[in-house]
Amino acid sequence: MDIINRKKALVEEFSPMLEKYSKLTKLWIAFLVAVIIVGIVAFVLQVVYGHEITGMRDNVVWGIYIINFIFFVGISYSGAFISGILHFFKTPWKNSISRIVEIMTVIAMVIGPVFILLCIGRLDRLHYLFIYPRIQSPITWDIIAVMTDLIACFLYLYLTFIPDLAILRDNSENLNLPKWQKKMYKFLAIRYQDTPSQRHRLHKITRTMSTIVIVLAIVAYSVLAWIFSLTLQPGWNSTIFAPNFIIAGLYSGISVIIISMYFIRRQFKLEHYIFQKHFVIAGIILQILALLFGYFTFTDYFSKWFSTKIDDTILLNSLFSRYFIEFILANYIGILVPVLVIFFKKLRTVKMITFAAVIALLGLWLNRYLLVVPSLENPFLPIQETGPEYIHYSATWIEYSLSFTGIAAFLLIFTLLAKFVPIIPMSGIIENEEFKAKRIQKKDSPDEFDI
Amino acid sequence: MEDQNTNSRRKFLKLGLISGVTAMAGASLVSCSSEEKKPESGEKMRLLTPDGKIVEVDASNINKYPEALITPAEARKGIPDRKFVMVIDLAKCSNARACVEGCQKAHNLDSDQEFMKIQLIQNNENTEPYWFPKPCFHCDEPPCVTVCPTGATFKREDNIVLIDNQRCIGCKFCMTSCPYSARQFNWGHKAKYDKKDQPYSPETSVPGAEGTVVKCDFCPDLLRQGQLPHCAKACPNGVIYFGDKNEDIVTNGEESFQFSKLITDRGGYRHLEHLGTKPNVYYLPPVDKQYPVERGFENEEEINERYKNVPYVKELKKQGKI
Repeated sequence: MDIINRKKALVEEFSPMLEKYSKLTKLWIAFLVAVIIVGIVAFVLQVVYGHEITGMRDNVVWGIYIINFIFFVGISYSGAFISGILHFFKTPWKNSISRIVEIMTVIAMVIGPVFILLCIGRLDRLHYLFIYPRIQSPITWDIIAVMTDLIACFLYLYLTFIPDLAILRDNSENLNLPKWQKKMYKFLAIRYQDTPSQRHRLHKITRTMSTIVIVLAIVAYSVLAWIFSLTLQPGWNSTIFAPNFIIAGLYSGISVIIISMYFIRRQFKLEHYIFQKHFVIAGIILQILALLFGYFTFTDYFSKWFSTKIDDTILLNSLFSRYFIEFILANYIGILVPVLVIFFKKLRTVKMITFAAVIALLGLWLNRYLLVVPSLENPFLPIQETGPEYIHYSATWIEYSLSFTGIAAFLLIFTLLAKFVPIIPMSGIIENEEFKAKRIQKKDSPDEFDI
Repeated sequence: MEDQNTNSRRKFLKLGLISGVTAMAGASLVSCSSEEKKPESGEKMRLLTPDGKIVEVDASNINKYPEALITPAEARKGIPDRKFVMVIDLAKCSNARACVEGCQKAHNLDSDQEFMKIQLIQNNENTEPYWFPKPCFHCDEPPCVTVCPTGATFKREDNIVLIDNQRCIGCKFCMTSCPYSARQFNWGHKAKYDKKDQPYSPETSVPGAEGTVVKCDFCPDLLRQGQLPHCAKACPNGVIYFGDKNEDIVTNGEESFQFSKLITDRGGYRHLEHLGTKPNVYYLPPVDKQYPVERGFENEEEINERYKNVPYVKELKKQGKI
């Protein structure tokens, strides 16, 4: 049967991706490890000296750690959401990017919660959350949501891995891979033989999981938004927070997808799998989300600005004076650039779309910063304290270092996973080809399944 | 029916047994101390024992007993039949900061950590500002207690909201949910946290613990002894009244008032009432102030710097008055 041969050919095609560690890759990994080591040192210092060595103080009690938490978890939720949608609607062009999205989902979900742990003063008492749980606390909701989502995402990622693991198990004799890696393929493939009934069952489970993952993403990210909006704090106590968080998460997620598509395509020379059309489609989604996100953000600030409530006025005055540059970068540049880049057909190049995604991602991080820090700096009762660190927040190198560690860990795990399984699902390629062949037999136009 | 009878008899026996044990314990306490042979003062005092008898003991034996330690578990119950309430008379405050310092000393706080804060509040540009002592409001609907994921902060029957720093994991969610910024965090490690000569009780908030939240506790250890909280005791102007809503009485140590009449007659109010947290700290409005606001600037320059953003202070500075 030529499917077997095709599988072999695909493994051969992707083998350089799995086998070779080029000098550049090794250098890249070394760099990431170095960043992580600095982060570990920073973490040890924080544990030894306490939170005193961070920029957090009594008024701004959560700094960029919680912003990173929102940010990473948002990427993860949106990844789950997007991937679930792609699977559920059996989108024909999904195959080339689905694995990137799924891997991104799981890694971000692993890294995000680490940042919330960095905010906690007594890590040695973390188990109290389970010994003395109180269900009315939104933190408890969040723990339940994050853990459920993490497990679901892992399961989902694993389900999408199974067919490829089976292909690798059957065709890896000639590959120059360490023995443990081949054993892992065999173990993880759980005797999947790609028989019609197995395939049917796997499809069904994956499809069910994809819907579960969509719902979980919405629930979990809403709960995260409620940690802020259920308090009385001026600037936080807003009904729009939960939907805004979901849109913002999708916005950051699609940006990360575009950026990783760009680098993976360049690194692994995958121009015949990831086309410009993929970028344009993702770009259009980015544009729609930019408009939605801009609309939500505008509504939130507009109603605060139009009202005469003193607390909102004070908050906005701070945003328009002390944080003016950040406000412009986050809420104008970060939204308008992606909208305009996609709007002009001439600008819809791979590079420009990636550029727009980078701007969107940075803008969104700043937007989250402006949501958290200025609100905490402007509580109901004015801050009248001695010491500038109690009045305004500025992160220390410890916090920045640990933030970069988060990014480095994300990239490192991504790099290593891409060495373990081909970044383009081989099973998906075969399925697409089978589908196309059937269509030709039926004498239909095969054109729409080009990608 | 028979079962119930035996049950109630058993209960009764048990109760009697327990009270017997406590009476014995009380007796042994007195006898233990008399074995130490301290010089007797000759002055006798009458005391009520737990089983309702009045006994006479020597006065020198009284203060020597260590205050009964209220453990974290016991601290959750509160003092029975009490509803503590505080009334702060804004007309009498001159920012003397005696309450702040008294509190800091009693709770072993550093100079930069204040359970009681004195703010300068100017409601709008046309009105004169006033000094505003701000403890924890010990709300009846405390948002901090709702959001705590481990039950480290709790509301007691006697109105007091406390923190058990042996339970607190330091997530700081209570700090963001308190609309009055009443809570602080122990950011770093300090040698005083390791002192074990005084066992920890949530009622004293001493010794502190790194990485946990702290705040004003209404000094339940003093309330148990029938004394006023440290801030009320320390205030030279008698600004802070403290008392019991059940008994409908508040006092600053010099004069006492009927609580309900005081807040009705003097227009008492609660700060940011519209938030619905139902504080147990009431304010009497700053009418006919006893001291000019400027009197409050007789502190160190560092303290005065705090109020530089208040419009009134800006105006004073422009005129060169401070």
